Amino acid sequence: MQKDIIIAGVGGQGILTIAAIIDLAAMELGLQVKQAEVHGMSQRGGAVESHLRISSEAIWSDLIPLGNADLILSLEPMEALRHLPFLSPKGLIITATEPQGEIVGYPSVDALQTAIAATGSHLLIDATTLAKDAGSSKSSNLVMLGAAAPYLGIGNKVLEKAITTYFAKKGETIVATNLRAFRLGAELTD
Amino acid sequence: MEKKLLLGAEAVAQGAIDAGISGVYAYPGTPSTEITEYIQRATEGNQPSVHSRWATNEKTAFEAALGVSYSGRRSLVCMKHVGLNVAADAFMNAAITGVHGGLVLVVADDPSMHSSQNEQDSRYYGRFAMIPILEPSNQQEAYEMVRYGFDLSEEMRLPVMLRITTRLSHSRAVVTPAEPLAQNNLNPDCERNRWILLPANARKNYHRLLDKQDALRQVSEESPYNRMISGSGERAVIAFGIAVNYAMEVITTHNLEIPLLKISQYPLPEKKVKQFTAQYSEILIAEEGYPLQEELLRGFAGDDRFRGRLDGTLPRTGELSPAQLEKALLGFSEQQEATRHGQTRAATHEPREAYPLVAPRPPMLCKGCSHRDLFEAINRVMNDYPEKHVFGDIGCYTLGALTPYSTISSCVDMGAAITMAKGAADAGLRPALCVIGDSTFTHSGITGLLDAVNDRSPLTVIISDNGTTAMTGGQDSAGTGRFYDICKGIGVDEAHIRTFVPLQKNLEENIAIIREELEHEGVSVIIAQRECIHIRKSKKVTTDN
Repeated sequence: MQKDIIIAGVGGQGILTIAAIIDLAAMELGLQVKQAEVHGMSQRGGAVESHLRISSEAIWSDLIPLGNADLILSLEPMEALRHLPFLSPKGLIITATEPQGEIVGYPSVDALQTAIAATGSHLLIDATTLAKDAGSSKSSNLVMLGAAAPYLGIGNKVLEKAITTYFAKKGETIVATNLRAFRLGAELTD
Repeated sequence: MEKKLLLGAEAVAQGAIDAGISGVYAYPGTPSTEITEYIQRATEGNQPSVHSRWATNEKTAFEAALGVSYSGRRSLVCMKHVGLNVAADAFMNAAITGVHGGLVLVVADDPSMHSSQNEQDSRYYGRFAMIPILEPSNQQEAYEMVRYGFDLSEEMRLPVMLRITTRLSHSRAVVTPAEPLAQNNLNPDCERNRWILLPANARKNYHRLLDKQDALRQVSEESPYNRMISGSGERAVIAFGIAVNYAMEVITTHNLEIPLLKISQYPLPEKKVKQFTAQYSEILIAEEGYPLQEELLRGFAGDDRFRGRLDGTLPRTGELSPAQLEKALLGFSEQQEATRHGQTRAATHEPREAYPLVAPRPPMLCKGCSHRDLFEAINRVMNDYPEKHVFGDIGCYTLGALTPYSTISSCVDMGAAITMAKGAADAGLRPALCVIGDSTFTHSGITGLLDAVNDRSPLTVIISDNGTTAMTGGQDSAGTGRFYDICKGIGVDEAHIRTFVPLQKNLEENIAIIREELEHEGVSVIIAQRECIHIRKSKKVTTDN
């Protein structure tokens, strides 16, 4: 088993949280994990991505080779396309639909959707609405993790356990909100 | 021991804790910050305690670590690559004194300059100081090599450099820790001649350092971290540090038969390298950073068997990637047609093309950030002058270089805002205005301000004090709450030390203060004081809980 996943978005959207939860779940299953992430300057509202590799075999490179990613999981539609050269020919894009468009030269929403559709397999998720339904607009990232769950090669139970572990320190309410968000996302793609 | 999922930086930190350090000394800097942060969290309440408070700059950090070593205990000192420029005086001379308790310097280089102003390769410093350099290839090695480094440091009585780069520092993997060691006992060094670098002693010490070089090479020859992975054919690769991973990714994916020599410890094991290279007609040198080893191996006469960054087989700049190694190594294998199982796996399909409409998304100042209000005020004032020159410095406020503010005119090195503005003022530039953050001011700004005071240079220094070292994630800032007193203490006239709060409601008042001080023909300091929005938020979360 080997999965190469690129998680993308904008600094502050909770990309590293998604990565950390998948890491925990993969470790629980005894899998190898390598997960390269972005710290520092880009976290100030810049483009942020994480290369996440999980495998039952040894993993060499911390970075996913070009054309190798099974999945691009993005919290923002344009950011999904930024990493296109990494996506394998059969790869899947799962992206949130709400643009973070306050930058110069941001393309039109129509152009983005057309471009995403042209890549092949893709799922567009209205994560913002579902996150609000779950009880916190901040939990969009967990909605997206839920939507991606069937494609990670890790069972939902293991992922839910990892979510509980990850948020445990922040209290039961936050754990519950994030679990709700995860499940709302998971229902879409189950 | 229980397995842990650790960033490379955290693996270094755990390795140091388990190697029995008595202290870590560091100034924050991407990609090295997480080492000290991890030690701070992981050793809280430990007995005996492990010192982990942030230092004011890399030089004070290094010297304190050397003091720990003098006392017979183990110390870790961490910094980013450019931080070693600041600590270089202490660093170079610590190679001459040597150490007593183990001292490991971790330098985190930033090839591709993700968060830095250059991509200098710290291995040159290690070579310059003639000390051992360790360059782990993965997180597990990072963990192990810290302990190995401390042992080596005590055995050779030299500081040891452990060099990592951004990719390893900021990538997680599963690490299996070893049994932790106890701290060394307090045991100060009584060999005074080693530590007093008067010329007569220094000359002897320098010879002692030169005499150690053969032993260091021998340790490299025998190092478990320098080893060969066999193959066949006429072409081979020598991969240094993390480059091993990219090379092995390509070799295993494509079932290549290319022999590989992995090097993670310097000085270069000469015999091993010579034996290896003698067998092949072409050798790819894959190293993360400058083509340092490649240049050495090619030599002045230019041995063309060595391929790499110098001849364009790999790009001259930036961090390595699997794609670069794939291109270089598949080029090799096409020529030699040797594969492990008699057939090559299909060469990786052409990657998809990038979507042309993806706009760049540079970092920007956070919403609600105090620097925003400050830059707005500065811009309004500077509109009255024919040209806008505002010397900037290193921190979040460097983002004031970008739109919509485009306020600052320079960003060179820690503290340079003040001294460059001083030089410009000396040269006749009016007004000479600079902006420096609070942590950068204590790091390297105070001495420059003292120069300006002594010279009565007409300049205005704005200390943008957000109470933290924000760019690296909010570490303690060394002078919080004391900037007025510091400026007064080094002789700035109290009438020209002004304080304001950069908020929209104070805009007109703040503009007036900046205008007044720009007109003053002498040194002025304006302390623009408002807490970092992130620190404010995180404090709120803490009290809410």
